[in-house]
Amino acid sequence: MANDVALSAHAPGQQLDKRSIELRRLVVRALDGGARGHIGSSLSLIEIMRVLYDDILRYRADTPDWEERDRCILSKGHGCIAQYVMLAEKGFFPHEVLDTFCRRDSILGGHPEAGKIPGIEASTGALGHGLPIGVGRAMGLRIKQSDACVFVITGDGEINEGSVWEAALSASKHRLSNLNWMIDYNKVQSAGPTEEILPLEPLADKCRAFGFAVAEVDGHDVEALRRLLRTVPVDRERPTAIICHTVKGKGLSFAENDANWHHKSSINKELVAQMYDALEAL
Amino acid sequence: MRPACVNKVFELAKRDPRVTYIGSDLDPPITKRMKDEMPGRAWMEGVSEQHIVGMSAGLAMEGFIPYVHTIATFITRRCYEQVAVDLCLHNLPVRLIGNGGGLVYAPLGPTHLAIEDIAIMRALPNMTVVSVCDADEMKRFMDQTLDWPGPIYIRLAKGYDPIVSRAELGFTIGKAIVMREAAGGKSRVLMVTTGVATTRALEAADALEADGIECTIMHMHTVKPLDTAALIEHARDCDLIVTVEEHTIVGGLGSAVIDALVDAMPGTIPPVKRLGIPDAFAKNYGSQDQLMEIYGLQPPEIAQAVRDGLRRRAA
Repeated sequence: MANDVALSAHAPGQQLDKRSIELRRLVVRALDGGARGHIGSSLSLIEIMRVLYDDILRYRADTPDWEERDRCILSKGHGCIAQYVMLAEKGFFPHEVLDTFCRRDSILGGHPEAGKIPGIEASTGALGHGLPIGVGRAMGLRIKQSDACVFVITGDGEINEGSVWEAALSASKHRLSNLNWMIDYNKVQSAGPTEEILPLEPLADKCRAFGFAVAEVDGHDVEALRRLLRTVPVDRERPTAIICHTVKGKGLSFAENDANWHHKSSINKELVAQMYDALEAL
Repeated sequence: MRPACVNKVFELAKRDPRVTYIGSDLDPPITKRMKDEMPGRAWMEGVSEQHIVGMSAGLAMEGFIPYVHTIATFITRRCYEQVAVDLCLHNLPVRLIGNGGGLVYAPLGPTHLAIEDIAIMRALPNMTVVSVCDADEMKRFMDQTLDWPGPIYIRLAKGYDPIVSRAELGFTIGKAIVMREAAGGKSRVLMVTTGVATTRALEAADALEADGIECTIMHMHTVKPLDTAALIEHARDCDLIVTVEEHTIVGGLGSAVIDALVDAMPGTIPPVKRLGIPDAFAKNYGSQDQLMEIYGLQPPEIAQAVRDGLRRRAA
């Protein structure tokens, strides 16, 4: 379809650069602090969040509710460590806060909460909530004649939820070109491969059929992500859906593409050391 | 009551640019008026309750005050998680207008009856639950919805219900209205009521007065936050408390009243009788009035329940 962006060269085996490895080390730091967390779900998101915060989003860390900011809603709230790491990197809070992940009085829970954490736009964790909220925010920004954009990042298992598709219908009806829906398509959900649990293919066609301009990209290719996200909206008359092909657990050789690493509720020092070693070996 | 509510939304929208309106799929004339009276700020979004509640949350996060209007059971049950997480957890000023609360949709059967809406809305932190008794009271209430800080569930009755509210008694969200009181303020019976059950209770009180039984009628239009102070003040020294609601007895006004009494008057609570819908899905169709009769919620049955309660007390 015209205006759609073709899949950029997908290189699953591609090397992670120094910054991507360092960001993953910060993920392990939070996992160590909380002795638990969504490992695979956070690691597939790193480059998406990195490029958004490094190169694309407008924000002011010292004024998180700055009216002109772009709104970034992590709908797959269980991947929050990837966003916490970027918020720390950008000065929304000190890196030391990562060590408090999931602890009793921490601001950083296992799912992100607006109002507690500077820079978090919506409390998520229950799946399928981010896109409807994103539609409302995009409508509100349009009424205010703001040129700020909305980015909603969902998982792939998450879009089993019907509410996502209700919102997709609405985004298309309202021609919300200020709304960008990014799908972290790591192809593994909590209980197994998405193609076994509830097949999503042909996903790009589905998004097109729901009225989105669709782009596909290797979600670990920093340069490709940067190039693509600098061109949004892909179509000035339609919302954009960006299917990010990613690898669950990316960067930890023993965890990649394995649903058993979706979440770990008990992470000991030995495992933490293994994770650091795996990152060292990259 | 429904036209009074929707007309008020249009009126508020003219006064305040923050007001927006979202319908799901009802009433073609409303769709037309939305476009005429609130251009660019009102939408008919289709049968997608989960989405419209999330969308209203997004609008509220951007500083708007969305009024979301659809059938009561669908705006409460169908999208309960969105109401809990998107609206209540974020404490956003979204107003949910539930059309046909209670037994209004009697002929359409149990899928359309909102008989546990108050219970499930009341269970959510930050939620305000309001069930006014007539169209005049609706207008007074709606004026206060602009600046109320959190989400509100607004339960609509059938419409064209008799006007029993009185302007001179005022209206404040969260403040009970004593609609009837014995001379000197001392009645043997305190009836606590909400919605159009208040109308039935007032009529029952007239019948009871003829028998020499004085009743105070406390109209609890706001079920949450409950006006505990007013309740306790009137609960002291009475022989019988009767709660009356067009709602299941599980978790509604009666439960809210008992919760408050247990906390505030341990060991000294007068006998309490809850009148409401039993814990079962409706088996009949017909009309709202017919179902209310079946459930003992019409004036003669309410009056009889009071007499029975006092008789048991005396025994």
